[in-house]
Amino acid sequence: MTPEEWTAVRLSLLVAVTATAASLPFGIAIAWLLARGRFWGKSLLDTIVHLPLIVPPVVTGYLLLISFGRRGPIGMFLEQTFGIVLSFRWTGAALACAVMGFPLMVRAIRLSIEAVDTKLESAAGTLGANPLWVFATITLPLCLPGVIAGAILCFAKSMGEFGATITFVSNIPGETQTLPSAIYTFTQVPGGDAGALRLTLVSIAISMAALLGSEFLARRIGARRVAT
Amino acid sequence: MSLDVDVHHTLGSFTLDARFTAPPGVTALFGRSGAGKSTLVNIVAGLIRPDRGRVIVDGTTLVDTGRGIFVPKHRRRVGYVFQDSRLFPHLTVRQNLLYGRWFANKSGGASGDFASVVELLGIGTLLARRPESLSGGEKQRVAIGRALLAKPRLLLMDEPLASLDEARRAEILPYIERLRDEAGVPILYVSHSISEVARLATTVVVLGNGTVTAVGPVADILPLADADDGGSVIDAVVARHDEVFQLSMLSSRAGDLQVPKLAAPVGAPVRAYIRSRDVMLSLTPPQDISALNVLAGTIAAITPRGAQADIRLDCNGAALLARITSKSVERLALVPGRPVHAIVKSVSFERS
Repeated sequence: MTPEEWTAVRLSLLVAVTATAASLPFGIAIAWLLARGRFWGKSLLDTIVHLPLIVPPVVTGYLLLISFGRRGPIGMFLEQTFGIVLSFRWTGAALACAVMGFPLMVRAIRLSIEAVDTKLESAAGTLGANPLWVFATITLPLCLPGVIAGAILCFAKSMGEFGATITFVSNIPGETQTLPSAIYTFTQVPGGDAGALRLTLVSIAISMAALLGSEFLARRIGARRVAT
Repeated sequence: MSLDVDVHHTLGSFTLDARFTAPPGVTALFGRSGAGKSTLVNIVAGLIRPDRGRVIVDGTTLVDTGRGIFVPKHRRRVGYVFQDSRLFPHLTVRQNLLYGRWFANKSGGASGDFASVVELLGIGTLLARRPESLSGGEKQRVAIGRALLAKPRLLLMDEPLASLDEARRAEILPYIERLRDEAGVPILYVSHSISEVARLATTVVVLGNGTVTAVGPVADILPLADADDGGSVIDAVVARHDEVFQLSMLSSRAGDLQVPKLAAPVGAPVRAYIRSRDVMLSLTPPQDISALNVLAGTIAAITPRGAQADIRLDCNGAALLARITSKSVERLALVPGRPVHAIVKSVSFERS
């Protein structure tokens, strides 16, 4: 593999890990709200979360571009207030991946929170745990397999994200050229087949490793307890 | 502890409108399923916010809708033993037991003594295990310990034995008795079982269709509450044990009673529950009969119930109810004041 290809692999891993790690707290919070909350506009929130799943990725990327780009309202605010620039940076790629992977993550976590018996939560409440402690000591440990599944889904999605990323942050080698973008670039040049194939194999290997890792983790947690 | 409840709550087509005050000790909330027992307990625990009313435990107001007070469940210090134990499946028995204690310590309250609670409930050998490997009876004992270690000011037990078979019940009841006698925590005990209530309670609150129909000491209320049969509660003391015939002799105001051998030591107070249907009456002292227990008394009152009648006897100050046919009342010419002999066919003798 050429140094450029290694760079693409490293960048993809960095983008995917960042996207997953950064969106996980929000994913858990939104999943909890959707699973347990009763508030006005819940179905609206549900729809917004799922939007990246149903609209074309290019549309998501374009929406990110006009809102998080340097001239976009949020992008301008971030640059002026915190000095953060997302467009055409790897952080922007991470944002695009996080947005695209978010619905998958929230779905998995939400389902596993809904599977946690609320009776156990109220029992913890009568034992003196406030709602935050109930979540931390009862709900979260019991829905951990779902959290792991959600994180892996988000990671896998991030590794493969192409449309939104290339629309939002383009395809700059060493900065925003992730694995799929690099493969795409190889297919556009004569004699790029070998490089495309190498990266394809790397991509498959990483995805399988992630899947096997999640299976292993889920089994370990499952072995420690059997839900009643 | 005193418990002062006055709540009004509507749940769909069901309306709970209950008001009672209970003195210290074990208060049984008694009634058929659907009478509103669980709703009432959930209101006391803070799992349900009542539409109107107040709940006061030992002078501390937990709910008062009039004054806008609603203490959330995690600040009530009301222990709750659920019918379905609700142990945390991802924690060991020890971690389950310590769960509530940790929060009690955090809020500055004195915590229950782990070793003595474990000993009291006989769960020392279970500590390292996980809830799914426990039997139903063991689960309930752990659940009781967990609630107890949170140092509650009031312990709620919502039919803790309902999901268990007869053998498991017999296994747990003595622990609850020890709890009542040794732990000193007031208990609100929900049940629809007459024998459990007779055995455990000091005060009975009868709930019917969402309203309180009777409140009072167990001996006064239980005979009224047992709508099917009726029965009477007699307090007695173990006088001695007969090893040959495996019997225990009890002495009570009403007279001596012989029952299948009890586990209680000599001198222990016991409480007997005698169903009205299990009492026959005779004008003369019966001879050559198989029943061991015959009590002498006079008829205090006769309440006709169609083809049958409830006869209330005064046995040296203790009340005993008998249900016989109206035909027998007429045949024996039973009238208030007439001395009779009551033949007790069967007794459920329970330690008290």
